[in-house]
Amino acid sequence: MTADPHHPAPLLELRDLRKHFPVRRGALIQRTVGQVRAVDGVSLTLSRGETLGLVGESGCGKSTISRCILKLEDPTSGAVLFDGSDIATFDKPQTAAFRRRVQAIFQDPFSSLNPRMKVEEIVGEPLIVHGVESDRSAVAARVRQLLDVCGLSARLIDRYPHEMSGGQRQRVGIARALALRPDLIICDEAVSALDVSIQAQIIRLLEDLRDEFDLTYLFIGHDLSVVRHICHRVAVMYLGKLVELSDSDRLFDAPQHPYTQALLSAVPVPDPEIEQRRQHQILPGEVPSPSNPPSGCVFHPRCPLADEDCQRTVPDLDVVGPDHRAACIKIDRPVLEPA
Amino acid sequence: MTALLEIKDLVVEFATESGSLRAANAVSYDVSPGEIVAVVGESGSGKSVTALSVLRLIPEPPGRIAGGEILFQGSDLLALDDEAIRRVRGKSIGMIFQEPMTSLNPVLSIGRQMTEAMRLHLGLSAAQADQRAVDLLKMVGIADPESRLKAYPHHLSGGMRQRVMIAMALSCEPPLIIADEPTTALDVTIQAQILELMKDLCRRLGVALVIITHNLGIVARYADRVNVMYAGSVIERGPAQEIYRHPGHPYTVGLLNSVPRLDRPRGSPLEPIPGNPPDLVSLPPGCPFQPRCGVATAGCADALPGLEAVAAQHWSACFRSRQVYEGALT
Repeated sequence: MTADPHHPAPLLELRDLRKHFPVRRGALIQRTVGQVRAVDGVSLTLSRGETLGLVGESGCGKSTISRCILKLEDPTSGAVLFDGSDIATFDKPQTAAFRRRVQAIFQDPFSSLNPRMKVEEIVGEPLIVHGVESDRSAVAARVRQLLDVCGLSARLIDRYPHEMSGGQRQRVGIARALALRPDLIICDEAVSALDVSIQAQIIRLLEDLRDEFDLTYLFIGHDLSVVRHICHRVAVMYLGKLVELSDSDRLFDAPQHPYTQALLSAVPVPDPEIEQRRQHQILPGEVPSPSNPPSGCVFHPRCPLADEDCQRTVPDLDVVGPDHRAACIKIDRPVLEPA
Repeated sequence: MTALLEIKDLVVEFATESGSLRAANAVSYDVSPGEIVAVVGESGSGKSVTALSVLRLIPEPPGRIAGGEILFQGSDLLALDDEAIRRVRGKSIGMIFQEPMTSLNPVLSIGRQMTEAMRLHLGLSAAQADQRAVDLLKMVGIADPESRLKAYPHHLSGGMRQRVMIAMALSCEPPLIIADEPTTALDVTIQAQILELMKDLCRRLGVALVIITHNLGIVARYADRVNVMYAGSVIERGPAQEIYRHPGHPYTVGLLNSVPRLDRPRGSPLEPIPGNPPDLVSLPPGCPFQPRCGVATAGCADALPGLEAVAAQHWSACFRSRQVYEGALT
């Protein structure tokens, strides 16, 4: 593994990132009647070569975070720092350079690939737009090489997306993301829509590419088994906030936040004998609306440990162990031994 | 025990632009009263087509049930006329689909949709049906059921809509419910709520449940028996514990080796099955899994293996199933 979790300068840093969307009423004269707090004060770092998993259920804000990092949304407050500089301050050339270095792979390759473009155009387009290659034969040669790296035959270069299987399309999406030799790739549910046998192939490919090209991934997913397999560190989100952040194996073996515990308990393991022995903790209720979040700890209405303090106190993301933070006032704080 | 549902050599064909394909190719499986049976497979394996055939919901054309029998409580559902099959749907066999937003009618209230089947099949009056709908909504854990009857599907969350679907499926007390990917569209904590609810209700009411899924974890947690499908056929069948501990088909072994597991640390070996699932229009010769199979021999391309017993109540459709079962080939 190339990761060094204690690398001094993070490649990506989120500083108290907030993204609130106004809720408007009225047809002609619109007035703002509320705010949806999609992301509400998230701080994170991502070191070079590291894969950070960002997990949580629908509406927790994980995709809004990825849109803020990709400069598709402007944060309401806080900042996204890439290689130490705030991406909101970038001028045009700096933004272009930033867009070369940060790429994304999305869930559904059928809707994220242009159906009217052939594989050669899809994968070659970033090279032309960013002026990396200009003559057609050089682009074609580079596209063939990228297809080969992603396990695709060069014969596919003239195909359209609909002429390929789901797994092949996802490989094309990965080849396009790699075309500009990025530093950071945002994998937003990148393997979620794939069948089991194909999903395993794509996970292997992402791991091989990470090692070969020294890539950094922000891996957004809802399948916690996949996240455990691929990620060095994991951040768990609930209703726009981080509730737990830790080294991956530590988080999965000894989750501290009650939400993380319930989330892991809900994921079945493919082994009937283990499943028979396991405690199945079923979390009651549903995620509340982010336009009217609960007071205090946002998780308290569903939490088995919650009491009156939890309705009043907004918990901080405190250290609960080595390289392990959780936002819950009910967790016993360990006495940390000096590192 | 006599089977409640017995599917025998079901063949379903679809006409496509590139030729006719067999979405179900001599599928057989059975369900006993009160048990939970899983049908597991990837896209195009034929698991949904088989389930839809049970209720005769295959669109014709382009689809066509070209052969086989589907015996439910002893009578062949494929021989029923339209009138008779309508009496089976909802009354004798309940169905729960993946996306409750598309299977509920968006312009009818929840109450109207719930009571329709009860009035038709059970002959209840409007007031009786409303009362039963309220009881059912309470049973599936929906708060304030009286006011929910007046709500429309878009007023409810995905989890709530799936609870309504379960209530509807149970409303005429059918002995069998077929659930096709019932929780695939739901978040993981809601998925656990819904599956736990389905299991509890079926066990309590003695309803048999067929769960169709691609998720091997769900199968392990809930199923008594498992049918594994590939390219339109059941290629392995057995008790859940058996199948996971001693798989008898190389495809099942491959599936189990390709799922990442929550209880295994980062970087645990993952052994994907090479290649892609076959094109049903032009299946490979012999065993359909043979081109992707790590233990195939020359003979595997010559003939199609049938299901053979490898242990008590455990069958596999592989010429080398005995060796696969004994773990001699890994």
